Amino acid sequence: MDDSRPLFQQIAEQLEAQILDGSLAEESAVPSINALAAFHRINPATALKGVTQLVDAGVLYKRRGVGMFVAPGARERLRAQRSEEFSAEYVRPLVVHARALGLSAAQVHIMIDKEMS
Amino acid sequence: MSTAIEVAGLTKHYGQVTAVDDVSFAIPEGKITGLLGRNGAGKTTLMSLLTAQEFATQGTIRVWGEDPVENAAVLSRMCFIKESQVYPDSFKGSHVLRSAQWFFPRWDVELAQELVDLFGVPTNRPVKKMSRGQRSMLGVVIGFASRADVTFFDEPYAGLDAVARKRFYDVLLEQYSESPRTVVLSTHLIDEASHLLEQVLVVHEGSLVIDANVDDLRGSAATLVGRASDVDLFATGRDVLDRSHIGGIASVTIAGLNDADKALAASAGLEVSTVSLQELIVRRTGANPAEEAA
Repeated sequence: MDDSRPLFQQIAEQLEAQILDGSLAEESAVPSINALAAFHRINPATALKGVTQLVDAGVLYKRRGVGMFVAPGARERLRAQRSEEFSAEYVRPLVVHARALGLSAAQVHIMIDKEMS
Repeated sequence: MSTAIEVAGLTKHYGQVTAVDDVSFAIPEGKITGLLGRNGAGKTTLMSLLTAQEFATQGTIRVWGEDPVENAAVLSRMCFIKESQVYPDSFKGSHVLRSAQWFFPRWDVELAQELVDLFGVPTNRPVKKMSRGQRSMLGVVIGFASRADVTFFDEPYAGLDAVARKRFYDVLLEQYSESPRTVVLSTHLIDEASHLLEQVLVVHEGSLVIDANVDDLRGSAATLVGRASDVDLFATGRDVLDRSHIGGIASVTIAGLNDADKALAASAGLEVSTVSLQELIVRRTGANPAEEAA
């Protein structure tokens, strides 16, 4: 774990990553708070905070007395949200750097196409 | 959230030395609280005061609302595992475990045996012939098997290797998950233990310098590097932990920053890097990071 960011956020992000890559399918059970705490060797309250954040965001939902499950449609919603973040975190700074170097949009497109092919 | 222990204006003098200096804080019930600080900062004295093994020069201590001094009802619900616990010379490990049952009404014989096996404590060896690590493990066994409502572990892993320490963390989480209780863990291995903590108290030269929720603390300090004039402008009026200059470039470490502050610094052209919890505490307690890591 990265020690410079809140751990509960990292727990939430890891669960999101597993939902995005399909290893946690929709309607499947999420590991219990105690299992998450034991696996990551973290305080159970921290694990709970991470999971609660995803419940509040509608990514997970609680079945009383059974546990936490991945909400239907969670994967698609996460993907849309991550695309927006990708644009803000990577594409915008890329454009700033490209402008500083005097690169045109067309030149940047060519570079991207080359990397992605 | 209920409070297990409440301390106000606590001071302890040993002759000319002030070991604890006008400290006030609360330890929440049912959480794992870290008591952090450098060697000699006053951690052990503080825990000795809370468990009435030492008496305060000034100030008040309330455990579940009561004064713990000479208070059997309160003290029987607390367990303090001291780093340098002394046992009678003739005692073997098994004697220590047997006599522990007299002091802790909720002593769990099965758990004690299970942990003795897990940690490999040589219970038929006289305690004074045990290695440092074996004595630490014996203390850990007592701490968990006591099933006390509040358990203090003072540097519980002195002399323990990395494997045994991991086992300690695993047992702590397992026991805590099974039956939540108040745990106070004193350690200087901040990076290892910080993930297990919910609250932290940091003491330095007898004073309390941090009393915070770990999540609020983690990521709240950052080092900013940039043109000295920009750096100084941003740092004005903020909680500066550390500052250095080279030529026209300055670097400052500032505590108590939120995401908006960091974004502001970045937009002012400063390079922002977040400081780890360990580094934040090291800087707050005035130590040279390289020296502390050694």
